[in-house]
Amino acid sequence: MKVTVDEEKCCGAGQCVLLAPDVFDQREDDGIVVLLDAAPSEELHATVREAAAVCPAAAIDVDESA
Amino acid sequence: MSVPSGVVVVGASAAGLATAEALRRKGYRGEVSVVGAEPHLPYDRPPLSKQVLSGAWAPERARLRTEEALAGLRAEFVLGDPAVALDAAARTVRTASGRVLGGDAVVVATGLRARRLPGQDGLSGVHVLRTLDDALALRAELRESVRLVVAGEGVLGAEIAATARGLGAEVTMAGPQPAPLAAQLGPMVADLLAGLHAERGVALRLGTGVTGLTGQDGRVTGVRLGTGEVLPADVVVVAIGAEPATGWLAGSGLRVADGVVCDSRCRAAEGVYAVGDVARWEHATLGSLRLENRTNAVEQALAVADNILGAERHYSPVPYFWTDQFDARIHVYGLPSAAAEVSVVEGDPAGRRFVALYREDGRVTGVLGWNMPKQARLRRQELVEALTPAL
Ligand SMILES: Cc1cc2nc3c(=O)[nH]c(=O)nc-3n(C[C@H](O)[C@H](O)[C@H](O)COP(=O)(O)OP(=O)(O)OC[C@H]3O[C@@H](n4cnc5c(N)ncnc54)[C@H](O)[C@@H]3O)c2cc1C
Ligand code: SF4
Repeated sequence: MKVTVDEEKCCGAGQCVLLAPDVFDQREDDGIVVLLDAAPSEELHATVREAAAVCPAAAIDVDESA
Repeated sequence: MSVPSGVVVVGASAAGLATAEALRRKGYRGEVSVVGAEPHLPYDRPPLSKQVLSGAWAPERARLRTEEALAGLRAEFVLGDPAVALDAAARTVRTASGRVLGGDAVVVATGLRARRLPGQDGLSGVHVLRTLDDALALRAELRESVRLVVAGEGVLGAEIAATARGLGAEVTMAGPQPAPLAAQLGPMVADLLAGLHAERGVALRLGTGVTGLTGQDGRVTGVRLGTGEVLPADVVVVAIGAEPATGWLAGSGLRVADGVVCDSRCRAAEGVYAVGDVARWEHATLGSLRLENRTNAVEQALAVADNILGAERHYSPVPYFWTDQFDARIHVYGLPSAAAEVSVVEGDPAGRRFVALYREDGRVTGVLGWNMPKQARLRRQELVEALTPAL
């Protein structure tokens, strides 16, 4: 699994961090997403998919084939 | 309940799409059809008053998924063909073109319809903003120095005023509240918003309701206020709220009362669910609730998908929305209100970077961050504690 984030779309909601704090964080100053782990391990996949779905800015992309 | 052999989702936007996707993620292999009134592939609404209206984004950027991702869903999209009737007992949906779709589960995700002013439909130059087509039509009229009156001082009106001002329009915002979003966010934050808009050159004509429009030769010329005064306008946006799109449910057997009435599991009837802006359901601590925000559309969809697949999940989220106006990015958790006591717990309102807590009867009811997203999210936990049902 390969995760990418679109900083320009991100509205700083932090919904991704609430779900998957091992994979996502937010910048201190403007709250924009920080990708901590672009290739999360297997046991995190389900939560990362959910985080991508819940992101209200549709800023997280999950490539399952990678 | 057994796993349904087919699911019909009505409404092809954030909530409807998220329901279909969640069903697939959870391994559902039956048929899924998604019926949408608009001809467009699912797109996102929040950018419509922001990046799409400003022109910063081409409309395609607001698409929720690529065509490839949609194809991977193995769902049938019936677009540009609104549902016109539901038989809740038989769980069949009829569309305008006469198609009848049946499923063991039906999901109502039809969102809202913008409210209009009397006489609006006969006049050109008057807009609402709910759909992509609305956004493009409005954008086409927003030029430098055009006189725009925004009727409505809620979150949508305030965002449109800010974006249009950024495009150089002469903007006036009118509405009955004393300051933008006053009822929703209380006087402290609303006054800061009023200050921000005024400083950026938006003329505020607040405190009197808008009663109608004036026009000449089929084109709008102004907005009439409760005082009788007329604000001259070349273009008008009516942003006076929206109503659940439930007209097509007449005779369906579902209960509709400002939304499709559901139980705590978002179930409106046996095998029928509602999700997103259109759904009114029982929240464990907040009672009967209907939320109009982007995060709820997806979170509720996850709960509905679980329940379609046989879970008995009660849906009791922490409400959340954000809004962008000029350089202010405001994040709101919970349900703040004008009645709550507000205290700044981090940052400084004068510096336009702070977190405020809302309390009613000593309990935290809301957290608001103004250009402090991460810090506001960290405070959300106090709300979670207050919203968790006492055992
Ligand atoms: C301009 C704008 C800006 C916004 N900004 C923000 C923001 O900054 N932050 C935030 O949290 N929220 C924001 N929102 C709210 C957010 O977009 C909504 O909460 C979200 O779109 C709700 O999703 P939904 O799928 O429930 O409803 P909708 O997005 O309204 O989708 C309903 C869909 O159903 C279709 N439909 C209606 N009737 C029928 C029928 N009979 N048959 C078939 N299809 C039908 C409609 O055409 C529509 O495509 C904004 C909304 C708008 C309009
Ligand atoms: S959930 Fe989406 S919008 Fe929010 S911080 Fe994460 S990536 Fe950004």
